[in-house]
Amino acid sequence: MLDTQEGYVTADGRQIGGVVMELKNITLRFGGVEAIKNISFDIRTGEIRAIIGPNGAGKSSMLNVISGFYNPQEGDVIYKGYKRPRMRPYQVARMGIARTFQNIALFEGMTVLDNIMTGRMNIMKSGFLAQAMWWGKAAREEDEHREKVEKVIDFLEIQHIRKTPVARLPYGLKKRVELARALAAEPQILLLDEPMAGMNVEEKEDMSRFILDVNDEFGTTIVLIEHDMGVVMDLSDRVVVMDYGKKIGDGTPDEVRNNQDVIDAYLGVAHE
Amino acid sequence: MTTTAKQAALQSVPALLARNAVQFANSTAYREKEFGIWQAWTWKETAAEIDAMALGFLALGMNRGDYVAIIGRNRPALYWAMVAAQSVGAVPVALYQDAVADEMAYVLEHCGARFAICGDQEQVDKVIEVQGSAQSIEQILYLDKRGMRKYDHGRMNWLSDVQAEGRAGHSRFEAELAARRAELTYDSTCVMLYTSGTTGKPKGVVLSNRNIIETAKASAEFDHLGLNEEVLAYLPMAWVGDFIFSVGQAYWTGFCVNCPENAETMMHDLREIGPSYFFAPPRVFETMLTTVMIRMEDAGATKKRLFDRYMAHARKVGGAILDGKPVSAADRLKYRMGEALVYGPLKNTLGLSNIRVAYTAGEAIGPEIFDFYRSLGINLKQLYGQTEASVFITQQPDGEVRSDTVGVPSPGVEVRIAENGEVFYRSPGVFVEYYKNPESTASTKDADGWVATGDAGFFEDGTGHLRIIDRAKDVGKLADGRMFAPKYVENKLKFYPDILEAVLFGNDRDHCVAFINIDLAAVGNWAERNNIAYSSYQELAGHPRVLGSIQEHVETVNASVAQDPMLSGCQIHRFLVLHKELDADDGEMTRTRKVRRNIVEQKYADLIAGLYDGAASVYTETEVSYEDGRKGVLKATLELRDARVFDTGAAQVAAE
Repeated sequence: MLDTQEGYVTADGRQIGGVVMELKNITLRFGGVEAIKNISFDIRTGEIRAIIGPNGAGKSSMLNVISGFYNPQEGDVIYKGYKRPRMRPYQVARMGIARTFQNIALFEGMTVLDNIMTGRMNIMKSGFLAQAMWWGKAAREEDEHREKVEKVIDFLEIQHIRKTPVARLPYGLKKRVELARALAAEPQILLLDEPMAGMNVEEKEDMSRFILDVNDEFGTTIVLIEHDMGVVMDLSDRVVVMDYGKKIGDGTPDEVRNNQDVIDAYLGVAHE
Repeated sequence: MTTTAKQAALQSVPALLARNAVQFANSTAYREKEFGIWQAWTWKETAAEIDAMALGFLALGMNRGDYVAIIGRNRPALYWAMVAAQSVGAVPVALYQDAVADEMAYVLEHCGARFAICGDQEQVDKVIEVQGSAQSIEQILYLDKRGMRKYDHGRMNWLSDVQAEGRAGHSRFEAELAARRAELTYDSTCVMLYTSGTTGKPKGVVLSNRNIIETAKASAEFDHLGLNEEVLAYLPMAWVGDFIFSVGQAYWTGFCVNCPENAETMMHDLREIGPSYFFAPPRVFETMLTTVMIRMEDAGATKKRLFDRYMAHARKVGGAILDGKPVSAADRLKYRMGEALVYGPLKNTLGLSNIRVAYTAGEAIGPEIFDFYRSLGINLKQLYGQTEASVFITQQPDGEVRSDTVGVPSPGVEVRIAENGEVFYRSPGVFVEYYKNPESTASTKDADGWVATGDAGFFEDGTGHLRIIDRAKDVGKLADGRMFAPKYVENKLKFYPDILEAVLFGNDRDHCVAFINIDLAAVGNWAERNNIAYSSYQELAGHPRVLGSIQEHVETVNASVAQDPMLSGCQIHRFLVLHKELDADDGEMTRTRKVRRNIVEQKYADLIAGLYDGAASVYTETEVSYEDGRKGVLKATLELRDARVFDTGAAQVAAE
């Protein structure tokens, strides 16, 4: 029923667009281990798409396939209607896909501002020599980028730590800075790898609100992996469920919740 | 004639705006830090923004006399919304933005607001939540667009859209706006602000243009405030002080109001702006001082020595230099050196370099804290005020500043002390009425315009300064007729960092006794440094060395209370350190951490009896509630101690 290019309307009345990325029969192997087994699903413009599953189900591998960090042995990634060739991750980033990491990957010694500025590296046009010399176009360009970065800082309410080195921040704020850096790249698709891992309830609520606001304000398509079921079911429009590298469910949170395979995977059933 | 004509024209805040837009057209009226940069608006630009907003309000059908709720942190656009509402004849009502939905519901319902102007989504959500009970709300306007896209906009508007609509429709509404502005007089309502309501429901204090403008005028003259002042607007917009400083005085003198980026960046923004006129409650000054002291503890030995040495000198002469009293040339020279090496850089770090006038009020400030800032050369003063007075009742003139008085009556204010010690005042700033509450109005304000403050105080002989001693209802008499003012003594005790709370008893008795609560953080830290092992709060509170140091504090306080002939009866004869912290969960305190004297008195009657009958120790069992609602019983044997008391007026030991 979702096969058309027209998209659909969500429960809260948002219009979701056509397919922006399609993953077709993806199989990913590490030596003899099949991390992902023949999985297909699509991601539509403007939706919040969750990938869930028990530990070791292959969720992060899936995200790494989308971000171009892993190249699957079989299957195609169709992005904006074209089959994506083998690419380096930075090339994928230039095509409008940004991500955050499960284990925070920020430059600890740099300030929040500088960290977020690195998110715009891929968009900067002047050469690194000109930037190092702070010369002509480079200086002007940096002003423009700083303005964009300041908008992100304002959006995520981290003005008070603008000049604070990341190493001094608590965990929850680091996660927010990482989101800021990903947003600074102005991505069309934002990949979030366990954005709420290790957070307390209040931090989770804040992060959920920011994710919804990003989607709402910039129309960014969001793909997220998350363990907290409550959060996933509240946030996402459609959910892919993985278990042992296989897709066992795909649909709206309600559909997934009532799917017997999913219930078995979570409550535990003897695997043959 | 022309002066009177001019004066007549300046009878409302919108009229002041019109004057400023011409007279101070290119001076900066507002600044707000956004996107990391200070954005500025001149008076001319401000007037244009407010006009557009007022026209937009007309387009939305805002009527004369409508109440307009304003909820959000200090932002220029919300201040503009206040003045725009006044411009169309409506009454702005600022609400505390951290109020929970229930409290908000009461105020919105009580004033029957038709419009709610919210800072952001959080406030909009609260208003929507209470719309069930506060059904008068017809339109919600919001300032920050984030997260608002999905809301039903049938009765909701983005404030910038309202302005755009106003601009588009200006030829339709301009005549109406001019007419509405012309209707405003000195007696029309300027603003309605709700008192915080520690006792009972909040009351809506109606303040007229006369109240606000006369008060702003008098207080600006008192401190010679001018066009070039810089203030930081960071205290709640619902608080009368913010309205007087950021609207009243700002519109009267034309000075610039700076809004911080957000609540957390306040200290940083303070430093960037360097205000010349500053208000902060004692808590803010306390926090700043603590931060300085902690950082000095971590500083290198040379820096620390320099700091200690020059701060000692500042304590000796700094206050006197600030007050213009004679100080020897050598001391002055040394103070100058200190200014270059220590005081100047320190003030710069705190953002207080440019301060010409700073005020603190609201509660008692510790003398050490007060003197610290004065000794640095910061002109920190105290004032005493109320919402009902449009803030100012008394304030300290330059050169007559002390930590234990609240100053002389402000210009235009008459103050008298009633038989029972209660302070009454009358001034042009006295509020019109409590909205929809004639009984309270009548019981607070008499026919001649005298207002009861509910505080007891007295004028000091010789200086004419007012001293506030306590809430009037808490002031009593000892058995021999001497005055019993518990809070006066309790505050003195609470200035010690290791004393968290103190409760004094003595009404209708022949002398006073006290309960003390230690501050676990401070005493725990002290115990750690002195290698004192303890396993519980109770054990620490009963430790002989802790009792010993508390006893020293009590006796020092007694000595200082004895200096005061009127209050010398309040010296503490015996005291004990409580085995548990007074807690709101046990009903011993209010949620705002004010001690409920009667409940404490009933609950610990056995301890009070012990203090009065001279027992050396008392065994007691106390019921406590844990956070999860379980009840438990705390058993303890408390040591009761005698404290030295002093003769009135002389620091000599009295024979007990």
